[in-house]
Amino acid sequence: MKQVLEKLSASFEIEDIVYQRDDLTFLSAKKENLINLITHLRDIEGFSHFVLLSCVDWIEDDKFQLTYFLNKPEEKYDLGIRCMIDRKEASMDSAHHLWKQIATYQREIKEMFGVDFPGSPGVDEPFILEGWDNIPPMRRDFDTKQYSADTFFPRERPKTNDPKEYMKEQMHPGEWGEYRKEKK
Amino acid sequence: MSETKNNNKFENPHYAKREVTGPDGKQFIVDPIKDYFSDERPKVYEPNSIPVVEKFLNWARAESLWVLGFGTGCGSIEIPPLMTPRFDAFRFGIQSRPTPRQSNVFIISGYLAVKTLKRVIRSYEQMPSPKYVLALGSCTINGGMYFDSYNTINRLDHYIPVDVYVAGCMPRPEALLAAFNRLKELIKEGKGEKANEYAANFDWYKENQKKIIKDWNMPDYNW
Amino acid sequence: MSLLNIETDRSKYPVKGEDGKLQIDLDSHKYVKLWQGPNHPGVTGNMALELTLAGDEIVESKTHVGYLHRGFEKLIERRLFVQGLPTSIRMCVAEPDSNEYVYSTCVEQLSGIDIPEMAKWIRALLLEMARLQALLRVVPGQGGTFALGLGVQWGVYMRELILDRFEELTGGRVYHMFMTPGGVRGLLPGGFKKRMEENLKEIDQFVINIDNLMYSNSVFKKRAIDVAVLDPSWIDKYGAVGPVARSAGYNRDVRKDYPYLIYDQLDFEPKVMNHSDIYNRSRIRWYDIQTSVDLIRQIMAKMPEKGDIKAETPNVLHWRIPKGETYVRSEASRGEYGLYMVTDGSDKPRRINLRGPSYTQAVALLQDLLVGANIADVAAIMVSLQTCPPEIER
Repeated sequence: MKQVLEKLSASFEIEDIVYQRDDLTFLSAKKENLINLITHLRDIEGFSHFVLLSCVDWIEDDKFQLTYFLNKPEEKYDLGIRCMIDRKEASMDSAHHLWKQIATYQREIKEMFGVDFPGSPGVDEPFILEGWDNIPPMRRDFDTKQYSADTFFPRERPKTNDPKEYMKEQMHPGEWGEYRKEKK
Repeated sequence: MSETKNNNKFENPHYAKREVTGPDGKQFIVDPIKDYFSDERPKVYEPNSIPVVEKFLNWARAESLWVLGFGTGCGSIEIPPLMTPRFDAFRFGIQSRPTPRQSNVFIISGYLAVKTLKRVIRSYEQMPSPKYVLALGSCTINGGMYFDSYNTINRLDHYIPVDVYVAGCMPRPEALLAAFNRLKELIKEGKGEKANEYAANFDWYKENQKKIIKDWNMPDYNW
Repeated sequence: MSLLNIETDRSKYPVKGEDGKLQIDLDSHKYVKLWQGPNHPGVTGNMALELTLAGDEIVESKTHVGYLHRGFEKLIERRLFVQGLPTSIRMCVAEPDSNEYVYSTCVEQLSGIDIPEMAKWIRALLLEMARLQALLRVVPGQGGTFALGLGVQWGVYMRELILDRFEELTGGRVYHMFMTPGGVRGLLPGGFKKRMEENLKEIDQFVINIDNLMYSNSVFKKRAIDVAVLDPSWIDKYGAVGPVARSAGYNRDVRKDYPYLIYDQLDFEPKVMNHSDIYNRSRIRWYDIQTSVDLIRQIMAKMPEKGDIKAETPNVLHWRIPKGETYVRSEASRGEYGLYMVTDGSDKPRRINLRGPSYTQAVALLQDLLVGANIADVAAIMVSLQTCPPEIER
């Protein structure tokens, strides 16, 4: 597999190769080359099974990471291709013409992260959410706990006390606090 | 009620008033909200004035609980064991029906996503009264392990009235049988009045429902 | 297919336009738009199909999901690694053990933990039991879609036997949480193997009964053979895996191709067929039941009696994993089941993404496979692809 990767790095500017396992390698590719790279892998190198398209939000670097997983059934080998795209005006070339299921993945990522894939069929239709009017929920800056507390009538939980403070108050009402204050 | 609707951005094009050409070439006007749905509010049904008759009716209701076969969440995986010979719910007069029009018990089997809640409300309102709701799992009580999820509701009783809660994740078929027995007791005592409660506090329930279903593009009461 | 060779009048059916798609004008009063689901007995789980019909033939179909979306991938970003386990296993209710395995293995790989030998055997046993109980639901369920309810009654009872063994071993009927990151929670209880063997004997008889009831039944054959045939070239194009791929001649089984745990020490051969219609897709699962029963017997015979079950792990409250990413797959009853995990050095995962077989099969593949099918076969086609909606939307 290493020869294949060397051949690829000559023509597609791949970098950052990580050999995660015997049968799994991660590499990074540039946004402009990515569609050409996976087309080459599918048609020439025999990576015929598309496993997964995933998106990771690196909010501190202001980037989205798209990960394309390809699998070569003959050699039983997996390749994860990372591609960093800009977080503002996130957009990526669509790959729906290569495998049919990619259109579904792109629809989901558009809805969950707000990454646009122009030209992908049905990419603007809602896939999972219905009537959503907030920022895309899988982004790191969306606070799901706060949203849930604001929206869904959380049930009042029983009042709890900090055991240390509570026992102090019970056993030495007032004086313990005064004693501590004096000490300070 | 129907006039006040459809002023939000999620307007449903299928419910718009429009002119249609029939197969025979004639033109006519269709207003789906008025033509297809009744806009009458649910009513509170008074119990029968003769106590013995009411008692008999309650006994009859308690012994034929027909469940709507709508698996709304993961708890529905325990419904097939409940209905098959090992736990055999049929011996209690419980059977599942495919349509809301024929059923009077709604099992909310676990968490409810907002998208499902919309369908649940519609199915619940389509069921004939008197109707009862069983809520399975911790997630219908306080959100359970999805308390912080952006897409599942936390308390079911704010949207539809609940007769019996079954705690656990997930509740065993035995727990479901116990819940059915409890429901029967409640009905026989004349306490299965949640459908009337829904009708009496209709505006409060609607307000809560509309707070989270932001694309409310159906009539207020559709049955 | 028709016995009488009646020429049907095709003039009312849509024709293909220049772009290769069927031209459907809903205002022409020739077509009916029909929703199957989410509240429909013929739909597996809680999902919806938007069908456009000409007569009783489907000319266009669209899958609608999202009725079970809980936002797991967001929730696990807020949980510690050990808290993520009980949350992640609820992603698919039909077979939660695959979730346990892929989640725990991702955490172990990224923190460089090797689990003891005994834990591997118990994990393999649990995974096979989970596959078996899922198959015991779905194989008779295929008959159920043709209103052959007897097999369903038997199948649910047989599944109960396996659930009893699960309960004995792990304490839970449906959700077990037995494969924690680092190993498993316990050894087999005394007498477990004997009781398991008794259950497997009953299942052996059930396999024969199902063969007589379903696969020799002339009505079942008429409804299932040559219906919804899947072209072999579609397998890679649509990303179909598992029994669907194997019925079309692709010998793909994660247990064989990427032997995980102790599967390389077991002797088995997944069945492959060459014609993927409803009958063969169901038949492959029937063979899979036998494979699973055989594997459980082999595991119980070969597994050591005693041994360490848990590797040393960091304090679960301060478990930090350095920056990295990995993808782990296992073979569920539906096919390849994988999890992609990214960590960033903190005590919570940066991102997890589940790859369920239904994600591709129930959306892209089902939509295209239904075109041209009869409305009465929709439920059967869905079950033959073994759609499981919770793993599509998570």
